Amino acid sequence: MNSVPLLSLLIAIPLVGGMACLIVSPSSARWVALLATLLDLILGILMWTAYVPGGPQWQFVEHVSLAGNSLSWALGIDGIALMLIMLSVFLMPICIGASWRAIEKRVPEYMAAFLLMEALMIGVFAAQDLLLFYIFFEGGLIPMYLIIGIWGGAERIKASYKFFLYTLAGSVLMLIAMLVMIGMAGTSSIPALMAYNFPVGLQSWLWLAFFASFAVKMPMWPVHTWLPDAHVQAPTAGSVILAGVLLKMGGYGFIRFSLPMFPEASAQFLPLVFVLSGIAVVYTSLVALVQRDMKKLIAYSSVAHMAFVTFGLFAFNRQGIEGALIVMLSHGLVSAALFLCVGVIYDRLHTREIARYGGLSNNMPGYALLFMLFTMASVGLPGTSGFVGEFLSLTGTYRASSWGAAVATTGIILGAAYMLYLYWRICFGTSINTDAAAMPDLDTREWWLLAPIAAVVLWMGVYPESFMAPMRADVGRLLVRLQPVTPAGDSQLTKGKPVTITTHGATE
Amino acid sequence: MNFAALLPELVLTAGAIALMMVAAFVPRAGRITSGVAVGLLVAATVMLIGAPQESGPLFGGMIAADGFSAFGKMLIFLGAAVAIIGAHGWFGQMVGEDGANDLSGQHGAEFPVLILFSVVGMAVMVSATSLVTLYVGLELQSLAAYVLASYRRSDARSAEAGLKYFVLGSLASGILLYGISLLYGFTGTTDFSGIAAAFLREGPHSLGLLFGLVFLLAGLAFKISAVPFHMWTPDVYEGAPTPVTAFFASAPKVAAVLLATRVCLGALGPAIEAWRQIVIVVALASILLGAVAAYGQTNIKRLLAYSSINNVGFALIGLAAGGLQGASSVLFYMAVYLVMTLGAFLCVLRLRGEDGEPLEQLSALSGLSQARPGLAAALAFFMFSLAGIPPFLGFWSKLAVFIAAVHAGLIWVAVIGILGTVVGAYYYLKVVKILYFDAPAAPLGRVRAPLEGALIAVAAIFVSPLGYLLIGPITRLTGNAASSLF
Repeated sequence: MNSVPLLSLLIAIPLVGGMACLIVSPSSARWVALLATLLDLILGILMWTAYVPGGPQWQFVEHVSLAGNSLSWALGIDGIALMLIMLSVFLMPICIGASWRAIEKRVPEYMAAFLLMEALMIGVFAAQDLLLFYIFFEGGLIPMYLIIGIWGGAERIKASYKFFLYTLAGSVLMLIAMLVMIGMAGTSSIPALMAYNFPVGLQSWLWLAFFASFAVKMPMWPVHTWLPDAHVQAPTAGSVILAGVLLKMGGYGFIRFSLPMFPEASAQFLPLVFVLSGIAVVYTSLVALVQRDMKKLIAYSSVAHMAFVTFGLFAFNRQGIEGALIVMLSHGLVSAALFLCVGVIYDRLHTREIARYGGLSNNMPGYALLFMLFTMASVGLPGTSGFVGEFLSLTGTYRASSWGAAVATTGIILGAAYMLYLYWRICFGTSINTDAAAMPDLDTREWWLLAPIAAVVLWMGVYPESFMAPMRADVGRLLVRLQPVTPAGDSQLTKGKPVTITTHGATE
Repeated sequence: MNFAALLPELVLTAGAIALMMVAAFVPRAGRITSGVAVGLLVAATVMLIGAPQESGPLFGGMIAADGFSAFGKMLIFLGAAVAIIGAHGWFGQMVGEDGANDLSGQHGAEFPVLILFSVVGMAVMVSATSLVTLYVGLELQSLAAYVLASYRRSDARSAEAGLKYFVLGSLASGILLYGISLLYGFTGTTDFSGIAAAFLREGPHSLGLLFGLVFLLAGLAFKISAVPFHMWTPDVYEGAPTPVTAFFASAPKVAAVLLATRVCLGALGPAIEAWRQIVIVVALASILLGAVAAYGQTNIKRLLAYSSINNVGFALIGLAAGGLQGASSVLFYMAVYLVMTLGAFLCVLRLRGEDGEPLEQLSALSGLSQARPGLAAALAFFMFSLAGIPPFLGFWSKLAVFIAAVHAGLIWVAVIGILGTVVGAYYYLKVVKILYFDAPAAPLGRVRAPLEGALIAVAAIFVSPLGYLLIGPITRLTGNAASSLF
């Protein structure tokens, strides 16, 4: 398998496809884009099957030096990166499908921007060189800027600026921190840096610089304000990719850089992260409750869900970190699906105002069914992917801080409140508007977009082992790295005294 | 005397004088002089490849033909050649249907000759190892530039630009000369190595030397249009004919930055603690002012003027870092800057209304991506690259500068500088927004200029991610060039 540069191929296919899109007619550009993304999906599945869980930490490694010891084309993935790449390649064909009819102007450029986006996203997760990571990480801003700015809604220009400058401002400090790290460690290789022990005093500064970038990307309260604007203004597929994959880069950054490279600083700043996450859960859930715009509501719910990720990651234990990873994957699927659901009715009525809809379960039963599933997954109903992630993450948080867990759990209740309220207003009740009542149910294309996500959401809810197995060894390695600094936690859990089955039977 | 080391300069000087005769006596010689001038510049570039890289000091230490000067000359020659090509097309194309805007009469055959003289001055600048040759080179370059700025003599803006440039430039030359005389008075030599020895002997706190150093740097700051000596730049850039602006923003800027690098690291090397603070303040002020002042601009040339102020600030951060790595990062920065700027200006040169009149307003770019996707994409490439957004090559040149600064311990300078890129990103993004998001404006006239088109394509490919493949070779070149300073 090592003979084929699979990761480079994954990056190259969308790039080539994107260039091809630019020179063909609009209708064939759609097909080229769909083909390229499907090809990437197939390659991704091949890669997943070829990946050996519990094998070497880094697999599919490639290395070509570009500029001495400071930049090299170094790719390689562990289980965490594998799962996130799978998420990207899975959502991409769906995005193309979602834009099939909704996008009518400048289709070739649109498809090219999306394919470029895909290449850069895969690059972010596969990069093994610090600067290469940064190039992919920042490069992703350009296509998203264009997608929001050209094909967005009425306020698109403000939203695109806000998105670009917010994220750029967060990231540049990280770049300086990277340069300091490269200067000190003498290498830009991420695996080498993950094992390097930086001086504790310096770690705090480096951690803060990285935090500035990932907190914006994540996004954490109070630097989340770019997200609602970007989501509301972006076209449906843009929102899908933004919520589905781009937000995951923040969490990935924490788990790849902040935690293993600066463990002492992470422990030191743990209270900060917990406080910010706690505020985010409660505050953004309450804000979501009063939204009148569907997309804005889901955008705020994303901020709240991402707070579960930060809670889990900074719990410093296996349940917390694995839970955070599952929340990331689950939220990637569920919020993507919810944005698609919004897109479905937006395409029919061209408004995102919740009050304009109502009683859709009468005329759109199929839609109401799927929307119900994704609402429940977002709430965290057992049997869906949301439950697995949130439960694990909260368990982990409880072991680290019982207060943190108490605050985080209110997020589940509030989450149920705003999601069910949204669902009730859209699908139940009486249809006030005749045009909303006359909307046809899902067509075949829309079924093809939503059904695969629904299947994976159920799969992840019922048998999460498929998704956790590749990541288990990597979480273990991270825990070894974090072990010396893991705080005691205030829940003071003690092992129970197990009673053997025979005595149990005897007492009966 | 080793004249072979100075072959490029000799060829250019002789060629320029001969072309001046041609221009004077052959009617309608514009085509000939432009073609020959480009040929001479290319030939001089080729000679650099074979030239003795380390010929040592020439003319009793007045001038040096080393790796550093060879690298600088290569950039200057190529930049000037592109500027001549762009100018020839621009003046020649400028004909409306009714003969309005016909500037071909104004495009005399002297234009390339003036550029050639300016180029010789710049070649002397980057090779100077003595304050006297420094001054002579600078003045030769400037005198030609003053004339070029007011080249469209019937245009009031052009004449104003020339006059402004001349008056302020003379003032700067005076300041520079005053600094030179102070340094000479207190060290007894005009030789860079002699001055460095004097600084070592006297220590960096000799008052006379410090005054000389400050005046010298002030004069140089004017030439590279760094804040607070930048005021002339937007006016001159706006008023001068666009091809001349393209020339001003490229080759002379490279020459002046390289000259400043050699002066600071060569002659003033032992006094690095004395000049570093000045350079840092100037650099950060240039970055921030260049970024903020560009916000309100509606003229593309003014915008690019502020962009060049901003970019010089970044190059100066590399200079402040000092040492081999700092010098090498400055060279890398200027090489990439040259390509980006020339590319952007070549795009601007193609902006013509339907009647052939040149367009300079940003609003003329509105929705260009729909009418002329190729041109818009190239311009967007240059803008993202100038802003330093990865994966464009402009990111790597900024990174090289920041690496040098971080290694020299100037982390706070790097932090402020990099925050400046975020501020600056706003107006580069504004150009992209106008190109891509806005509704199309009035259609542009067709410009037939295949050579310029090819040059734009080459420059766009160079700044695109494909350019990263060249990082290795260029870094080796700049490393070699910088090592000849130490």
